Amino acid sequence: MEKKIRVLVAKPGLDGHDRGAKVVCRALRDAGMEVIYTGLHQTAEQIVNTALQEDVDVIGLSLLSGAHMTFFTDISHLMKKKKMTDVLVVGGGIIPEEDVPRLKKIGVNAVFGPGTPVNDIVRYIRENVKE
Amino acid sequence: MSMLASQVIKGDIRSIARLISLVENNDSTAIDPMKELHRFTGKAHVIGVTGVMGSGKSSLIYELAKTYRKQKKTVGIIAIDPSSPFSGGALLGDRIRMTDLSTNKGVFIRSMGTRGMLGGLTAAVYDVISILDAAGKDIILVETVGIGQDEIDIAKIADTTLVILVPGLGDSVQMIKAGLMEIADIFIVNKADKPGAEQTVAEIESLLDICEKSVRQTPIIKTSAKKKQGISDLIQEIQNHKEYLKTSKQYEMRKRKRYETELYELIRKRLMNYIYDETKLKDRIDNLIDQITKKKLDPHTAADEILHKILK
Ligand SMILES: Nc1nc2c(ncn2[C@@H]2O[C@H](COP(=O)(O)OP(=O)(O)OP(=O)(O)O)[C@@H](O)[C@H]2O)c(=O)[nH]1
Ligand SMILES: [Mg+2]
Repeated sequence: MEKKIRVLVAKPGLDGHDRGAKVVCRALRDAGMEVIYTGLHQTAEQIVNTALQEDVDVIGLSLLSGAHMTFFTDISHLMKKKKMTDVLVVGGGIIPEEDVPRLKKIGVNAVFGPGTPVNDIVRYIRENVKE
Repeated sequence: MSMLASQVIKGDIRSIARLISLVENNDSTAIDPMKELHRFTGKAHVIGVTGVMGSGKSSLIYELAKTYRKQKKTVGIIAIDPSSPFSGGALLGDRIRMTDLSTNKGVFIRSMGTRGMLGGLTAAVYDVISILDAAGKDIILVETVGIGQDEIDIAKIADTTLVILVPGLGDSVQMIKAGLMEIADIFIVNKADKPGAEQTVAEIESLLDICEKSVRQTPIIKTSAKKKQGISDLIQEIQNHKEYLKTSKQYEMRKRKRYETELYELIRKRLMNYIYDETKLKDRIDNLIDQITKKKLDPHTAADEILHKILK
């Protein structure tokens, strides 16, 4: 058996910057993970369908646009509908501190603010992906 | 029949995705469902898509898939990108060009890393084709890694192999060396919206004059994935090739070739698994390697010994 951790990295919303997301992608790859990168402007439905087909262990969403609350709500709603209970959801980008508890309540497992060392993200994923 | 196999046949997305992961991870629980699925395969048309890095493989697959969907055909896509030889990880980015296909109910896309396999494919690709085939996909498109030289193994698996070139690529000797002339069932000159497409076509034509192997002339199609041009011509040529295969009995020959390649691969894989799982054998091999390094033994004699142990 040679299981590899598979991570979907998506950059939803309308803003066009994905440098941060790409840095994370590369770090995850260098940590031996398979990263499915889907590019910019993804809808919640596209992300969840992709995660299902790709059988990923983790969905990582990078958000700058401020629409994080509705977006994560949509994602977790769709994931429940498709019974994707064993997939970790992590968020990154600019998410205000005070929103984090509410995000966790709707099913976001972790939030990484700006300036989080990528190694912390790698470690978090390694420790929390179910065998 | 196992739950997993019967769900795959019904086209259940989660089950298809899970079984693909199991075969990819070399998980032994995949073996029984794979055995059960075999008799449900053989209906799909498998199209290999190869060509140098950035030639537009993913973009063309996107256009092809959309057109096939308009014809009410269901589509499976296997998109292979290289795994890092250092970390074993991979950045799989082909879906960037296919974004809105993920919400198209008749399309299933799976991105895969090569996981150490050379030749532009990944070891699990045979099983993944079989899974998508058994799941009822009419068309299966396989995008190989785009490194430029070695990605010709696809021709042993696909019913129809598309080789993509782009204008201004230049060196035609390189194409012959890479074996592209032999494997192409259809040549595509993509990015035909750019200058130099005619010249590339002419170059392929003159190479084909030298290399042409069979009675069938290899067609050359100009496309622009960007401007959505030449797509229906390409689909027509794929259909023509399929009919050619059927009428010339080549179809069975290709299928046989595919299973021949698959079986040898499988035997090799099982043999290696067996060696790694038998700790005693593995220990003995480690010991033999030490002896070879110290010049007390040579590799051939060591291989003899191990083979005898396995066959005993
Ligand atoms: N001008 C032009 N650009 C194109 C065309 N088809 C693809 N491209 C562009 O070429 C680049 C590479 O396209 P891809 O479809 O990703 O190529 P690929 O062969 O799948 O690339 P790899 O998977 O990385 O080997 C992208 O920027 C596309 O937008 C075309 O017909 N004309
Ligand atoms: Mg590609």
